[in-house]
Amino acid sequence: MSEPLLSVVRASVAYGNVEAVRSVSLDVGQNEIVTIIGANGAGKTTLLNAIIGIQRLKGGLTFGSRDLTTLEIEDRVATGLCLVPEHRELFGAMPVEDNLRLGGFRIKAAQSAATLEKVFALFPRLKERRRQLAGTLSGGEQQMLAMGRALMGHPRLLMLDEPSLGLAPRIAADIFRTVAELKRSGVSILLVEQNARAALQVADRAYVMELGEFILDGPADEVAADPRVAASYLGV
Amino acid sequence: MDTTILLFLLQDGITNGAIYALLGLALVLVFAVTRVILIPQGEFVTFGALTYATLAAGKLPGTVWLAVLMGAIAFAFDLWSMRLSFRLAPLLRSVVLNLLLPLAILALTSAVVGPTNAIAMNVLLSLVIVAPLGPFLYRIVYQPMAEASVLTLLIASVGAHFALLGLGLVFFGAEGLRGPALSSASVTLGPVPISGQALAVYGVTTGLIVALWLFFGYTLYGKALRATAVNRIGARLAGIRTSLSGQLAFLLAAIIGAVSGILIVPITTIYYDTGFLIGLKGFVAAIIGGLVSYPLTALAAILVGCVEAFSSFYASNYKEAIVFTLLLPVLILRSLAAPAVEEEHD
Ligand SMILES: Nc1ncnc2c1ncn2[C@@H]1O[C@H](COP(=O)(O)OP(=O)(O)O)[C@@H](O)[C@H]1O
Ligand SMILES: [Mg+2]
Repeated sequence: MSEPLLSVVRASVAYGNVEAVRSVSLDVGQNEIVTIIGANGAGKTTLLNAIIGIQRLKGGLTFGSRDLTTLEIEDRVATGLCLVPEHRELFGAMPVEDNLRLGGFRIKAAQSAATLEKVFALFPRLKERRRQLAGTLSGGEQQMLAMGRALMGHPRLLMLDEPSLGLAPRIAADIFRTVAELKRSGVSILLVEQNARAALQVADRAYVMELGEFILDGPADEVAADPRVAASYLGV
Repeated sequence: MDTTILLFLLQDGITNGAIYALLGLALVLVFAVTRVILIPQGEFVTFGALTYATLAAGKLPGTVWLAVLMGAIAFAFDLWSMRLSFRLAPLLRSVVLNLLLPLAILALTSAVVGPTNAIAMNVLLSLVIVAPLGPFLYRIVYQPMAEASVLTLLIASVGAHFALLGLGLVFFGAEGLRGPALSSASVTLGPVPISGQALAVYGVTTGLIVALWLFFGYTLYGKALRATAVNRIGARLAGIRTSLSGQLAFLLAAIIGAVSGILIVPITTIYYDTGFLIGLKGFVAAIIGGLVSYPLTALAAILVGCVEAFSSFYASNYKEAIVFTLLLPVLILRSLAAPAVEEEHD
């Protein structure tokens, strides 16, 4: 593999004295889908939040050869790193279209308008509902909006925290299909999921997280074939 | 009661109420975006009023030096926070905004100051001088502690209020000042003459409220400010800087404060500490609006103005007490309606 896009080296994240993530290392390459699977409370959200700068991270963190550890959230976003957080964090009292435009806040207006059309092409539902307040959308539509808003910022790496959480299986399948489509358009993806089966199907590589540590990693099909994963996460 | 007196008092009440409304709106805006309860809002009123009155007297107002001073401190803060990740563009930006801009304003003001300046020119100069104080204040006091609790920010506000009050005394002295009216025209409505100044107050207030409405409803920067108010983390993830939103909110607060000061200094004599009391009345209105509702705040401000006008006629010794007593029923209602404890979980 060539120079990785995102590289996390022996990173730890703590809440007060409690270490929720302990010395994990992870790479995401150019144009790669990498997934982190693990049970509830394993530390997946904590790790993503620390990568974007919501939580403090001890250890190494570089993105496209740039050291991120001293940067604020906004500066990390400006380097092309984007997080769709677990709770989506939409602007609920504002219309769908404003949410999207604000996702492109740093981008020049003309470029932003073109991206908006692409996002509408990817999620036609959002176009139909462009004037509706974000807070009144259904769960699946809110997930689409959160992803759309992140895409408006032209990310090179998109981090998705449990995009299928709380969605009907058919809608979740749509979301995973979109993830695969994004990869084809050149965006790298770091996907955190409890739905291990779907995540392993769409991903190139996978890490398995337990109690704040990675216990296993490798190509997605090999991880899926591992007996421990099969027993605890795939239910076979 | 005599209708003429009633109408006079109403006019008085609405004129002051319109100014309190502006201040109340600024308080709600600043709180929504930054969670700061802006006690020093009143100092912007003082600075606007005294700057305008000093310019009208043909002298150089001390606020130009205050801007240079605060800009230099803000620059030092920027340098300190850039020590870890140095980049040229933000440094240049900081030099221009914090050092060159106040110096340019100083040079400009010194060059054009004079006793025969047009009123419009002095108004404009006053705004240009006072406006940067808002972002400087945010940079120095609030930005370093942007993630602190509402209570901590409030304590910082009290400190900032006293600091600016002291600086006001240093730069303007203890003498009160009056400024020239914006317009000397007057119209008569039934039995009551309405002064040109009152008309100016109504016009400017309405214009400013419409301008704010357009800004928040139709521009990307206005929407970014709202987004920060609605969901701070969401805004940061979209790349909207909390510090940018904060400085923008404080810029608006300073402009609104200065406008209020310019509107009120032809009506009452303003001393270095008068702004505080005026700001507090905007604060009463903002509290009645729950620190969230703009329309409720504006209505409450008109009510505050009218209650003040009537109580200063009937019980002038108690007028402040009566105005602040308006808060009691509101606070009682709110504490009854609110669940027991709702401190800080954002
Ligand atoms: N804000 C917080 N304060 C303290 N502990 C937390 C906080 N958020 C999460 N934790 C703890 O950190 C661990 C990892 O949580 P999280 O990262 O949310 O896991 P996951 O996303 O894998 O479900 C859990 O034990 C959780 O209880
Ligand atoms: Mg999680």
